[in-house]
Amino acid sequence: MNVTIVDYNSGNISSVINSFKEVAKDKVNIEVTSDLNKIKSSDKVVLPGQGSFKSCVDALNNINGLVDTLSEFVINNKKPLLGICVGLQMFADIGYEETETKGLGWISGKVSKIDNQNGKYKLPHIGWNQINIVKDSKIFKNIENNSHMYFVHSYEFIPNDKSVISGTTDYSSNIVCSVEKENIFGTQFHPEKSDKTGLKIINNFINL
Amino acid sequence: MLKNRIIPCLDVKNGRVVKGINFVDLKDAGDPVEQAKIYSDGGADEICFLDITASNENRDTIYDVVEKTSKKCFVPLTVGGGVRSVDDINKLLNCGADKVSINTAAIQNPEVVEESSKKFGSQCIVVAIDAKKNGDKWEIFTHGGRNNTRIDAIEFAKKMEDSGAGELLVTSMDRDGTQVGYDIELMSKISSMVNIPVIASGGVGNLDHLVDGIKLGNASAVLAASIFHYGKHSVKEAKEYLDSKGIPVRI
Repeated sequence: MNVTIVDYNSGNISSVINSFKEVAKDKVNIEVTSDLNKIKSSDKVVLPGQGSFKSCVDALNNINGLVDTLSEFVINNKKPLLGICVGLQMFADIGYEETETKGLGWISGKVSKIDNQNGKYKLPHIGWNQINIVKDSKIFKNIENNSHMYFVHSYEFIPNDKSVISGTTDYSSNIVCSVEKENIFGTQFHPEKSDKTGLKIINNFINL
Repeated sequence: MLKNRIIPCLDVKNGRVVKGINFVDLKDAGDPVEQAKIYSDGGADEICFLDITASNENRDTIYDVVEKTSKKCFVPLTVGGGVRSVDDINKLLNCGADKVSINTAAIQNPEVVEESSKKFGSQCIVVAIDAKKNGDKWEIFTHGGRNNTRIDAIEFAKKMEDSGAGELLVTSMDRDGTQVGYDIELMSKISSMVNIPVIASGGVGNLDHLVDGIKLGNASAVLAASIFHYGKHSVKEAKEYLDSKGIPVRI
């Protein structure tokens, strides 16, 4: 089996690579590439993302044919994809970080700044927070409700159809922290930095 | 609910841990990778490496350390010390650091903070502020506390937030190494002035100091070195103590 981590200059992806390799051992081949043919032929794709919504969307668009290839993989071929952090946020139709930017539109909704209630809450939302699992998600197999995950973000994904939400976390409000829509998975938290529980989620995705 | 973080810090010189854990059976007590792994297995919320390598020719040793550690530890890894340029930050991130802390360069060359937070995202840029009290204000020191810049620490903290820092690591130079506790006044002043998380550092001698850093200093995270190194307390004990005092921690 091949799992491809999309390398599109979206910031630091070493931790994502290390964690997937740790979980995959020799059983699964982990590719790190932006090569369109390799993406097309892989079984699963991981879309990381750090920095701003706009910088990630721009970086995706800078690689000719990448967005189309990913959309074909996800929408037409219905193969599993995991978006992490801004990788998840880009599923939305639109994001408002820096400036209004069009997202991939795979899961209808928007990405806006977390309401910090006039400075009462610090942003970014950095650190370990508990997840409240609201629906059975394949990537949460054997993950206990209220497990701690590592977060670092200032913006949140607000999907229109609430049934895609698989987990939430409490900060200044109830924040969407994971989604599942058919073959599309996303986590706002960083499974690659969430110790053993995070690695379990990565393992669940690899073994889908 | 977001948990307060406990961050053990390891001083690394020429690729070796200087003040390390010496209470457990270690194959190699100077190996930063092994020490970091003990901390992460023990429940550390993050690991911090402070590179205190003095000579330039050995500077590259830290990259190797970071690379090896990031393959073994799956909690956030912050690396600081000797970070001068956007290129240095890039190299550390590529080796597997999750955050880079910038100290002297942030003062001498504030555009490094602005440029790197734009390029890599604020989430990985920590500005380290070393401050010493002078009268009724705090002044920033660089070069490991040897050089007084006369810059007001509180104003500088605000400026760094505006420049795109994701977090501030605030160390009291008066307290560092004394084990008498954090400079609570400094921590709470900076924390109330900025909307980004503050990590308190410098002066921890017992577990109550960690409690004070969070409860009185309003720090989001507490960093400590020697109380963990010399076996006085484990990270687990620290967390259980904080929990018993009503502080939310990841257990």
